[in-house]
Amino acid sequence: MNSSSGKSYMSTASSSVIWKAGGDVVADQFPAGLRVLVVDDDPTCLMILEKMLKACQYNVTKCNRAETALSMLRENRNGFDIIISDVHMPDMDGFKLLEHIGLEMDLPVIMMSADDGKNVVMKGVTHGACDYLIKPVRIEALKNIWQHVVRKRKNEWKDFEQSGSVEEGDRQPKQSEDADYSSSANEGNWKSSKRRKDDEDENDERDDTSTLKKPRVVWSVELHQQFVAAVNQLGIEKAVPKKILELMNVPGLTRENVASHLQKYRLYLRRLSGVSQHPSNLNNSFMNPQDATFGPLDLQALAATGQLPAQSLATLQAAGLGRSTAKSGIPMPLVDQRNIFSFENPKLRFGEAQQHVNNNKQMNLLHGIPTTMEPKQLAGLHHTAQSMGNMNMPVLSHGSQSSQNNPLLMQMAQPQARGQMLNDSTVGLAPRLLSPMGQPMLSNGMATNVSTRNGVPENIRAPSYNPVSQTSSMLNFPMNHISELPGNSFPLVSTPGISSLAPKVAFQEDVNSEIKGSVGFMPSYDIFNDLNQHKPQNWELQNVGMMFNTSQHSNSLRGNLDHTQSVLVQQGFSTGQNRNSTVISKAMFSAGDSTGHVNAQNGNQHLNSLFVDNTVRVKSERVADAAPANLYPDHFGQEDLMSALLKQQDVIAPAENNDFDFDGYSIDNIPV
Amino acid sequence: MDRYGMQNQIACIRRSLFDQGYLDEQFIQLEELQDDANPNFVQEIVTLFYTDSTRLIQNIELTLTSRPTNFSKLDDYMHQFKGSSSSIGAKKVTSECAVFRQYCAAGNAEACIRSFQHIKQEHAILRKKLEFYFQMMGQAAVAQTT
Repeated sequence: MNSSSGKSYMSTASSSVIWKAGGDVVADQFPAGLRVLVVDDDPTCLMILEKMLKACQYNVTKCNRAETALSMLRENRNGFDIIISDVHMPDMDGFKLLEHIGLEMDLPVIMMSADDGKNVVMKGVTHGACDYLIKPVRIEALKNIWQHVVRKRKNEWKDFEQSGSVEEGDRQPKQSEDADYSSSANEGNWKSSKRRKDDEDENDERDDTSTLKKPRVVWSVELHQQFVAAVNQLGIEKAVPKKILELMNVPGLTRENVASHLQKYRLYLRRLSGVSQHPSNLNNSFMNPQDATFGPLDLQALAATGQLPAQSLATLQAAGLGRSTAKSGIPMPLVDQRNIFSFENPKLRFGEAQQHVNNNKQMNLLHGIPTTMEPKQLAGLHHTAQSMGNMNMPVLSHGSQSSQNNPLLMQMAQPQARGQMLNDSTVGLAPRLLSPMGQPMLSNGMATNVSTRNGVPENIRAPSYNPVSQTSSMLNFPMNHISELPGNSFPLVSTPGISSLAPKVAFQEDVNSEIKGSVGFMPSYDIFNDLNQHKPQNWELQNVGMMFNTSQHSNSLRGNLDHTQSVLVQQGFSTGQNRNSTVISKAMFSAGDSTGHVNAQNGNQHLNSLFVDNTVRVKSERVADAAPANLYPDHFGQEDLMSALLKQQDVIAPAENNDFDFDGYSIDNIPV
Repeated sequence: MDRYGMQNQIACIRRSLFDQGYLDEQFIQLEELQDDANPNFVQEIVTLFYTDSTRLIQNIELTLTSRPTNFSKLDDYMHQFKGSSSSIGAKKVTSECAVFRQYCAAGNAEACIRSFQHIKQEHAILRKKLEFYFQMMGQAAVAQTT
C-alpha cells in the first residue's frame, strides 16, 4: 500500500474503531490530525479559518484559488480528508469545484458563504456538499466537521461490506443505522440505494474475514484487468467478490479487497455514464465528431488529472491515436470511462472516470446507448478488454458488421441481464454504431472494444473511468462493458454516447431495479425507463450515440454520469459538453438547471421532468446525456438520438448497481 | 500609568467597542484564537483585513463611478467585502454593506453611492479605534515587562 492510502486507511480504521466502540469516539487521536483543505479567495477569512482549524487540531492546508486546490487534490488524492470551500471565488465557482471534487476524488466538501439565502444553500445541497456554513464561521462549527469524514467512510464501508465482506457483526448494524442518520440528502439516498443493492447482491457473500483494517491493495493495471475480466465473465450483476476472487485467482488477494474494489468499480462505471470529462477533454474529443479523437484527448484529460497512470496514458494514446484516424468520429468515450476505473487507486476516482466520460463522449454515458464507446472508455476497459477483448475482439473486428458485434456483445451481455436487453436493442443499433464506430475503432487498435462502440458503448463507458489510458480503455471498455455492466451493454447498442450514461445509470439502477431489459426498469430513472420503453428507438440511439461520440455527446454523457455523483451534475452538463445529452441529466440534477443541455429535445424534456422527480442525481445526468442529441446537429436528428439515448440510458442504468447513487459524483462536465 | 491602570483602560476601550456596536461576537472568536503561539493574532488579522479591504474599496469606487453602473459587479465586490468584515466582527461596517446590497439589488445607483460613503466612514472609524486599541495593548505589554 502506498503511504497515502495507508493514511486514509488509517483514518478509516479510526472511524471504524469509533464505530466499533458503539459510536463513541475512542481514545485514539481522531479527529485530531484530520487533513483539511480550505479554499477561499479572501485572505482574511482564509487566515482565520486556518487558525480555527489548527485550534481544532486539524492538519490544515490553505489555498486561495480553486484551481490550485484542484490540482493539489489531483496530485495527492489521498492527501486530504475533507475540503472546505467558499462559494464565491473569482477563478472558479465554488459549486464547480465541489462538483469536480465529488466526481474525481469523492471527498466530503463543505461549502461556506456569507450568503445565507435559501437558494444558495439549496444549491450546495444539490451539488453534493455535505454541509454548508454561513460566514462568519465560528470555531464551534468547525469542531464537528470530522463527522462528515466519518460518515462518508462509513458509507463506503457499508457498501464494502455489503458487497460481500462481512465485518464484525456489530458493524453491520451500524451501517444500517448509518443510513438513518445521514445528514445530507445525498448520503441518504445514496446509502439507501446502495444498501438495497448490496443487500440484494451480497447477502450470500459474507465472509468471516472481518478485519476493519483491510490491507490496502494497489490495484495495478494487470490486476485490474484481471478483475474486470472476471467481472465481465461473471456478468456485472452476478459479479460477487467471492466469485471474482476465485476467477482472478490471485494469491494474497482477499475477498474484501475485491469487494471494495468492486464497489469502486461500480461507482466508477456509474460515473462514467454520467460523468462528463473535463471540459477540455470534452472539447477535444468531442468536438469533432468526425474525429473521434477521444482517445488522445481523453488521455490528455486523464493525464491532466493525474489519474491516468503514465503507462495507461501511453497505451491509451496509442490506442486512441490509432483510433482517431480510423474512427469515423464516433468517440467511444463511454467505454473508456468505464475502464478508466482507477487501476492504481483502490479508491475509485470518479473524477477521473468522469473526465473520461466527458471527454470521450458523452454518448457513452447516455443511457448506455452504445452510441459512443468513447475511446476513453475503451482505455479504461483496457484491462478489462483484455480479458473481454477476446470476446469483443471478434465483434470489434467486424466493426462495420454490427451484426457481428451484436452477437458478441450479446454474449458479453449475457451474463448480465441487462446486457441482454441491450443486445436486443443494440443489435439493431449496434450494426449501425458499429459500422461507423467499429471501423474506426478497429483501426485504432482498440478495435476490439471500439467496435463495440456500436454495440459496445457500454463498455466504453466504463473505461473512461480510469484515466489510465484512454486507448486501452477504449478497447477494454467495450469488453468490459458488455460483461460487466449489464446496463452497459445497453449502451452498446443504443448510443455510444449514451452508454456512458448508462453505466452510470446502471449503477443506480441496480439499486432500484435491474435493468429489466433496459426498459425503464430503473426506478430511479424513471425517465430512462420511459426511454427504454421505446426500444425501437434503440437504433435511433445509435445514431445518437454516434453523434454523441463524436463530441458533445461524450461530454454530456460524461457530465451526466458525473452528475449522478453529485448534484453538480447539472453544472457539468451545462458546460456544454454535455450539450444535448446532459440536458436531460441536468434537469435531473439541478432540478431543471440545465444550462445547455436542455437541448434535450422533447424526449429530454420529458426525461428531465421525470428525472427531476427522481432525487437521484444520477438520473439527471443520464437524461442529460440523452439529450445531447442537440449537440450533434448533423447527423442524426438529435432528437431522435436523444430519445434513443435516453431510453438506452434507462435500460442501461438499471443494470448497474445503483447503490452508489449518483449523488456523490459530480460529473466533470461541470464547466470550470 | 501603572500596569493595572493601563489594563483597566484597555478593558474599557474594548468594552466600549462592543457596547457602541463597532464590534460583535466574531471579534471575540478571534481573540480566543490568540494564544502564546500567536500572541498578536488579532492584530495581524485586522491588519490583513484593512490591507485587503482597501483594495476592495478602490475597486468598488471605480465601479461606482463608471457608467453605466454595473450592479452585479458591485454586488460581487460588496459580497466579498461583507464576508471579510463580518469575519473580523466589524459590525457596523457589515450592516452598512447589507444596506448597500439592498440598494444595489434595487438598481438604485444614487443610494448605493450614499451608502458606500457610510461604509467608508465606518470602515475608517473602526480602523482608528482598533489602531488605538492595539497601541494601548502594546504599551501595556511593554509596561508589563518593565
